[in-house]
Amino acid sequence: MGLDFNLKPSQDEETEYKTVDLDPEMTYDVLIIGGGPAGLTAAVYCMRKGVSTALITDEIGGQVTSTTEIENYMGYMYVEGEELVDKFEDQVKQFEIAYQEGKRVKSITDDQINQVTLEDGTTYQAKSIIVAAGKSSRKINCPGEERLTGKGVAYCAICDAPLYADKEVVIVGGGNSAIEAAIDLAKIAKEVTIVQLLDHLTADEILIERLEEYDNVNILYESEVAEIEGENKVENIVVQDTQQNNKQDIAADGIFIEIGWIPNTSFVEGVLQLNDYNEIMVDCKCRTNKEGIFAAGDITNVPFKQIIIASGEGAKAALSACDYVLKS
Amino acid sequence: MPLIDDEVAEQLEEQLTVLENEVNLAFFTQEFECESCQTARQFLEEFSKLSNKINLEIYDLKEDSDKAEEYNVDKIPAAVLLDKEKKYSGLRFFGIPAGYEINSFVNALKLVSGGESELDDEIKDTAAKVEKDVHFQVFVTLQCPYCPKAVEATQQLAYENDNITADMLDSSIFNHLAVKYDVSGVPKTIVNETEELVGAQPPEEFLNAIKNL
Ligand SMILES: Cc1cc2nc3c(=O)[nH]c(=O)nc-3n(C[C@H](O)[C@H](O)[C@H](O)COP(=O)(O)OP(=O)(O)OC[C@H]3O[C@@H](n4cnc5c(N)ncnc54)[C@H](O)[C@@H]3O)c2cc1C
Repeated sequence: MGLDFNLKPSQDEETEYKTVDLDPEMTYDVLIIGGGPAGLTAAVYCMRKGVSTALITDEIGGQVTSTTEIENYMGYMYVEGEELVDKFEDQVKQFEIAYQEGKRVKSITDDQINQVTLEDGTTYQAKSIIVAAGKSSRKINCPGEERLTGKGVAYCAICDAPLYADKEVVIVGGGNSAIEAAIDLAKIAKEVTIVQLLDHLTADEILIERLEEYDNVNILYESEVAEIEGENKVENIVVQDTQQNNKQDIAADGIFIEIGWIPNTSFVEGVLQLNDYNEIMVDCKCRTNKEGIFAAGDITNVPFKQIIIASGEGAKAALSACDYVLKS
Repeated sequence: MPLIDDEVAEQLEEQLTVLENEVNLAFFTQEFECESCQTARQFLEEFSKLSNKINLEIYDLKEDSDKAEEYNVDKIPAAVLLDKEKKYSGLRFFGIPAGYEINSFVNALKLVSGGESELDDEIKDTAAKVEKDVHFQVFVTLQCPYCPKAVEATQQLAYENDNITADMLDSSIFNHLAVKYDVSGVPKTIVNETEELVGAQPPEEFLNAIKNL
């Protein structure tokens, strides 16, 4: 039996963390919301420009934390998500930046001085804001989903798959991540049912071919999940056929939801202009429709959601924000 | 074939140079070893050679029942962390701390060897004042990047107070317990059989769960 180790590199002994707490009394030059590639890169640029900077993030690293292998970030032929996040973290925390992790922003208001309010009620002020809150996994938004999250409703297939040996599971979605999850589960589960809205799978051909090697997989096309049932854990999935409009019950111990990502824009709704996909509209200088508020990364309408692009946009937003602060 | 390849061994060796004092690992197995016990033992034998500050003692669950009782070990494979004086720390690992859990294992060793935990002073104080016996059982899978956070948070609390015990449990190896506690997503933490927390919660939330006991 071989073992794999996902060892995190140790914090570079040379880099001493210098971060400080946020101060509600202070007016920061730039306040960054989000600590993924976009927000962290923006932080480094702001600190190097010498403007007073604060960063608030729910979790450091964003989507990169849940990425196992990265092979297209320049300078690394191959790097694990966690490792890249650690390097980003070291690079940001070498500065005396006001840093808050583990808190979520609830709302922002735009004014001469912008206000950023957290879910716990604390409010901070800044001359300019960079919104870099990225994306989160899309939810089905059906009855039972929220109540049974962690009780059979799962969004991290690689984490939870080992718990479903010899069990019956449903996978929602037909793209690469859904089919990868289906393959992982088909290896150990008794039965795997894929529920896909379209009449075909959209995953890469090579993945679909690998899936076809398993005979415990059943695919329901043109179907969606109407309800997730179960008292204290998932027991039954109600699947609706979108053509015939009839419903069927699928007994299942778990349901893995892999239907893509949506921008975390709820806290800017009504303040910033969004497009049809709920992404923040920005121009080529990362400016939003509100003066002094900038946005960067996956949360914006900039095409192609990639680490290197989000980082680049973060740099751009920071330079634009610094320009704005110095001129005003 | 070694379980820890040269590259990982080298990185671990470097990380373990920060161990301040000696750490003693008490490993429990049995005469006719289960496959995971055997792997765990081999892993710990290789691991303990990576630093001269780590001493490994191997016990038999049945024959050394006095030791098992002292550390409350009721299942194997189990690794219990003891400080330089062989004082029981309340930090335990059930299963093999490989995959992402290698990180919580290294951090647990650093703590028990006399390192500083990352907890805020306020949280440390509150944890130190807990008078009830508290038992955290953190269920993980080795492929879960978020799980070490929950293991580390509970073990940091346990390090502050002898009344608190914090265990990592590999759900794949202790499948019967995962079923018993309805673990259908990881990390999931059971507190004294009555409270449960799903997800990689911050230390504050684990302290709150203690209040509810
Ligand atoms: C499984 C997977 C694999 C991928 N593989 C690759 C790859 O190989 N190569 C590549 O280039 N890209 C890859 N990507 C895409 C890449 O990860 C993203 O494009 C990139 O992370 C976007 O960065 P971001 O900073 O814009 O947003 P995010 O990474 O989403 O970060 C947003 C941050 O904002 C925080 N946040 C959200 N809401 C709030 C709030 N209300 N208050 C406070 N903080 C908040 C979050 O906690 C998070 O830290 C992958 C993505 C996934 C999911």
